[in-house]
Amino acid sequence: MTAAARIPQPRTSADRLGRLLNLVPYLLARPGIAVADAAAGLDITERQLREDLELLWVCGLPGYGPGDLIDMAFDGDRVTITYDAGIDRPLRLTPDEALALVVALRMLAETPGTGTRDAIERALAKIENAAGDLADAPVAVRLPADAERLDAIRGAIERGHALHLTYYTATRDETTDRVVDPMRVLMVGGKSYLEAWCRRAEATRMFRVDRMDAFTELDEPSAPPARAVPQDVSHGVFHPTPDLPLVTVRLGRGSRWITEYYPVEEIRKDGEEWVVDMRVTDLGWAQRLLTGVGPDVTVVGPAELVDRIRAQVNTALDQYATPPRAVVTP
Amino acid sequence: MSRTRTERLVNLVICLLSTRRFLTAAQIAATVPGYEHNPEDPKDHEAFQRKFERDKAELRDLGVPLEIGTPSAFDNEPGYRIAHRQYALPDILLSPDEAAAVGIAARLWQHAGLAAAASSGLAKLRAAGVEVDPQATLGVEPVVTVDPAFGPLTSAARNRRAVTFAYRAPERDEPTIRRLEPWGVVCWQGRWYVVGHDRDRRATRCFRLSRIVGNVRATGRAGAFARPENEDLISHVARWSGPVPHNGRATVTVRPGRAAGLRRSAIDTVAGADGDMLTIPYADIDRLAATLVGYGGYVRVEGPPELREAVIQQLKEVAARYDRMHAPAVGT
Repeated sequence: MTAAARIPQPRTSADRLGRLLNLVPYLLARPGIAVADAAAGLDITERQLREDLELLWVCGLPGYGPGDLIDMAFDGDRVTITYDAGIDRPLRLTPDEALALVVALRMLAETPGTGTRDAIERALAKIENAAGDLADAPVAVRLPADAERLDAIRGAIERGHALHLTYYTATRDETTDRVVDPMRVLMVGGKSYLEAWCRRAEATRMFRVDRMDAFTELDEPSAPPARAVPQDVSHGVFHPTPDLPLVTVRLGRGSRWITEYYPVEEIRKDGEEWVVDMRVTDLGWAQRLLTGVGPDVTVVGPAELVDRIRAQVNTALDQYATPPRAVVTP
Repeated sequence: MSRTRTERLVNLVICLLSTRRFLTAAQIAATVPGYEHNPEDPKDHEAFQRKFERDKAELRDLGVPLEIGTPSAFDNEPGYRIAHRQYALPDILLSPDEAAAVGIAARLWQHAGLAAAASSGLAKLRAAGVEVDPQATLGVEPVVTVDPAFGPLTSAARNRRAVTFAYRAPERDEPTIRRLEPWGVVCWQGRWYVVGHDRDRRATRCFRLSRIVGNVRATGRAGAFARPENEDLISHVARWSGPVPHNGRATVTVRPGRAAGLRRSAIDTVAGADGDMLTIPYADIDRLAATLVGYGGYVRVEGPPELREAVIQQLKEVAARYDRMHAPAVGT
């Protein structure tokens, strides 16, 4: 999945009109709310809120006399709207707002193992109802995952138990047993992960749920140490760092898709072929990947990897060499 | 926007909400503070008209449903009003667990394109009296990111406008220009796709959003095409990029303790004298051959013969490529 495309939202005064139209019904629904609580709930400063209230105080119905203007009563630091001049409801959702909420709820409803699918679907139905025609968002979502397994893992987290995992590590192509202290379950790029403190590696690790061959919930409590902090996954799970080995590879036309699935640093075009630099966690993994996708992939460097691949290919070919015929000497 | 302008706009909204009759620009100018001018003075009047146009545009951008109609049978001048029923968010009552779900959903976009829209939508729900617990969490957190083309494509699909974009599949050298009637956007296995009618290919096509280069341009009028009814968009993408049945059966011998990844895909394992004999289901013989080549000397194909041939062929090709590119390997 690509990096998040965040549209910067400048907090201009154009936003202020929307905020003001929202403010009156917000306060109307909460008579006697403390100014500080209202500011926190609206995600603005107390000073901004007071300035907004001052402005609203001079707005109202034509006539603009004392009985026409928006009015409010202050009791200490509490505020109550006593006259709303007709803006008693928030403005209906815009198409973008309806889309953002409806799609996010569909995404949540599709996420297995949340344990609250029922509430999510009820909320979705109500938001769709409130959005009217706009709820017909032209967006469909399907997330694949093993709901039963995710439910079990989430259950272990809720009960605060450690897990025993039999886990396949793709970078080393081995399946090992380990005890982990679960921290959270998340879905990134359509795959589910358990983030946990691995007692074997003594570090936090992301475990792909589809690579768990077996797991058992233990009686002992999950106790991730204080230094076990969740990783920022907003830009994906694997973040190549400059200390990792750099592999340079030539890709034929049919193998260029590799650049869509694995983070690459640079692509140089050389006729039909692309010359690509990529950082890898493990040379053995790179060896399996880059010899396992078809014959039009050739590693250019490092030399160590090239030598390993050539040796690997020759050993493999030797297996298929016709056994030397017994030479019958007369 | 200055304070005076904000004040004028709030008063304009209140005024138009309170009227049942359509009010002409002249009537509005005579009522709402901030529009005072001399209609007899052409320059002054023109300045008012520009100001009023800007204000109407501002309200429309915000989503305020401005109705236009004629005030009376004797008046050709257009008039304006806002119907409360169209303006107001309908009543919405959410139970605490439903409100928590909406709050969490709105946060999903925190690192993605629709974050701002989700939070302003949530602010409106709060103003309607919904209490959202900002601390609520679910057992599973989906992290949702979208490609830049998501916004323009969903909006074009909603308005049923055709789009044009440059599309680059990795196996092609240059992007091609595509013209599409977008039916909708699909998230499938963590990737985003747009499905629609390709105007040049005259057929249904799926495009991966991450392969769109540059801007998506909406062309032509809104409502230019009809979305097929009851069309399951996901099934198009699933057919295009979904799993294929693995009907083939290969037999390979694997060295003890090696090729753990391959062992995970085996449907049967029998321990033998020189290794374990695995039965591997497959869909495409060349793809399986490539995977087996990746395991090198740890794996030997026993059958079927065409798989064995494919592996040998690929190994020879790889060896030849490396021989061409690098100095001859030592000791072979």
